[in-house]
Amino acid sequence: MTSEHAMNPSQERVVLQGHIIDSLVLAKVLDLILMMGGTFDLEDVHIGKTREEPSRARIVIRTVSKALLDDILKAIQPHGASVEREANCRTKPAPANGILPEEFYATTHLPTRIRLKERWVEVDGIEMDLAVRVDEQRSTAHTIPMGEVREGDQIVVGREGVRVTPLQRPSEPDVFGFMESHVSAERPHGHVIADIASRMRHLREQARLGQPGSNVLLSGGPAIIHAGGREPLTWLIEEGFIHVLFCGNALAAHDMEADLYGTSLGYGLTAGHAVRHGHEHHLRTINRIRAIGSIDAAVTSGVITHGIMAACVRQRVSVVMAGTIRDDGPLPGVITDSIQAQIAMRAMVPGVGLALLIASTLHAVATGNLLPATVPTVCVDVNPSVPTKLADRGSFQAVGLVMDAASFLAELARALGRST
Amino acid sequence: MSRLLVCPPDFFGIEYEINPWMRLSNRVDHDRAVQQWHALMRVLEQEMGVALERMSPLPGLPDLVFTANAGVVVGRTAVVSRFRYPERRREEVHFEQWFREHGYDVISTEEDLHFEGAGDLLGFPGYWFGGYRQRSDIRVFPILSERFHREIIPLELVDTRFYHLDTCLCPLSGGELLYFPGAFDPYGQTALAERVSGGLRLAVPEDEALKFACNAVSVGKHVVLPIGCPATQSWLHDRGYETHTVHLDEFMKSGGSAKCLTLALD
Repeated sequence: MTSEHAMNPSQERVVLQGHIIDSLVLAKVLDLILMMGGTFDLEDVHIGKTREEPSRARIVIRTVSKALLDDILKAIQPHGASVEREANCRTKPAPANGILPEEFYATTHLPTRIRLKERWVEVDGIEMDLAVRVDEQRSTAHTIPMGEVREGDQIVVGREGVRVTPLQRPSEPDVFGFMESHVSAERPHGHVIADIASRMRHLREQARLGQPGSNVLLSGGPAIIHAGGREPLTWLIEEGFIHVLFCGNALAAHDMEADLYGTSLGYGLTAGHAVRHGHEHHLRTINRIRAIGSIDAAVTSGVITHGIMAACVRQRVSVVMAGTIRDDGPLPGVITDSIQAQIAMRAMVPGVGLALLIASTLHAVATGNLLPATVPTVCVDVNPSVPTKLADRGSFQAVGLVMDAASFLAELARALGRST
Repeated sequence: MSRLLVCPPDFFGIEYEINPWMRLSNRVDHDRAVQQWHALMRVLEQEMGVALERMSPLPGLPDLVFTANAGVVVGRTAVVSRFRYPERRREEVHFEQWFREHGYDVISTEEDLHFEGAGDLLGFPGYWFGGYRQRSDIRVFPILSERFHREIIPLELVDTRFYHLDTCLCPLSGGELLYFPGAFDPYGQTALAERVSGGLRLAVPEDEALKFACNAVSVGKHVVLPIGCPATQSWLHDRGYETHTVHLDEFMKSGGSAKCLTLALD
């Protein structure tokens, strides 16, 4: 969904030295870059301490295309700007299983390339806080979590020969196109939800055509059920708008509790008050599903007939349930080893074109950390600190909404055609 | 006493076109050129008390007469030029030989780094200006700046008629500056204005700039400039300079005037 430009930006680091300040040569070079349509970052500007001492500036030039970058380099070269000599990245073997070499390069969530044998190679599987493993023979590079490293793996060390490309402003004129990731409870939500709906409509078309990167991921907490968001979410899944679900034991348990008992954590969803012995309902639900053996079997055998999990089974939505320390049961299918859960979630990320992180700090932050910055992300929570945390990841495409999960899902479903 | 390197115009002529002034069809009147050159030498030696070092002219090197482009001399070190055009590259060895024979330490820039000597590097005792884009490569200035511990302010030359810095800028001994603003872009004009205050700067009018008023030889309070530059002359007089005018139109056919015909040796 990001623009072609955002996916194929070009950049080059140039050095300018000499008496470039008083002569305004630096100013001229920077003006040229801007006038021609590029942008720049000034790195390491060293200003001579005496008149005799020359100054030195390193400038990172960024453009939307390679052709424009070449034009700019051609224009500034006569003014003394020379492309910095490019070094290959350095690698070191992992000293043991699960141990990275000292000085390993830690990734960001931004598109990253490394220089291997005089060529720039895209790092696959971009995710923050990982290392980069290099396959010298195939000239490929892939991110790797610390725990998955095997002794002898070639791991990128240092920063030399590593380039991180900040996202360009997306070309779509919707809410994801704003440069600032503003989070505010006071901001009107209507147009934001309309933009999300329009993306989801487009992605559903793409997904039906089997286009890569067209999956919508929803990561949610049980507050969706408690707050009354179960019906609109079920509708969204049944209509084919959601393709991947990340959740925990609780969301699935309370969803099925609602189907079996009409309660969520013991509260009558329609009556609005605690039902006698209602606090046992979710335990009885979990026990029932454990007895059946799987959620799939519970749905196909007709024990669970309606709701989020039933819709997921019928629509073949990929579900990853990650356990937490206070889980009851848990339900069959819940991954209780958190590193295994992380691996399962990571495996779903490559096809994702939009992520909705709803009403769960735990799952929202975990999912946010797995996503590359190129994936548009919406974070919905009544607690402003959660969207803020996500927005602070520095992505231009993270939109935060401070609102109730049920209202958000109801409005979203309405915008996508659900009659109420 | 000032010493200048000069080269008699025995073989001067127009044999190629490497600047907008040169036209193969515009033949040099050789006798007149010789007379003009000798007249300039007379002014330099007799009226200004300059010592002249004459190098031997060589057939086939018509521009050897423009010794300003031999290189640049700082103390006992000579940085020999690396000409941009192959037509003049053949002069390099002769200039280098002259410097060596006269006891200079000769240094040169790497092959692809063009540098046309005092034609593009001139200034005041405290700092220099470096002309680039037409002939010299801007990247040479940081190297020379480091070598000679001198600030060099690069100035882009934007008008092909003023292809060397010494055709459009002339620093004088009292800290004044003659220059033609149109030869520089707004960045260069601003840089010059910030360095040399308004009262010390003469923006030479275009008609006089095109007569190469800025290609003047300045030694102490004497300035030699081409004839026909009254505004420049009058400004110089007001600042206490004694001016000497010479006819050098035969050399203008090649895009050079008084300053181009000399190289300051110390």
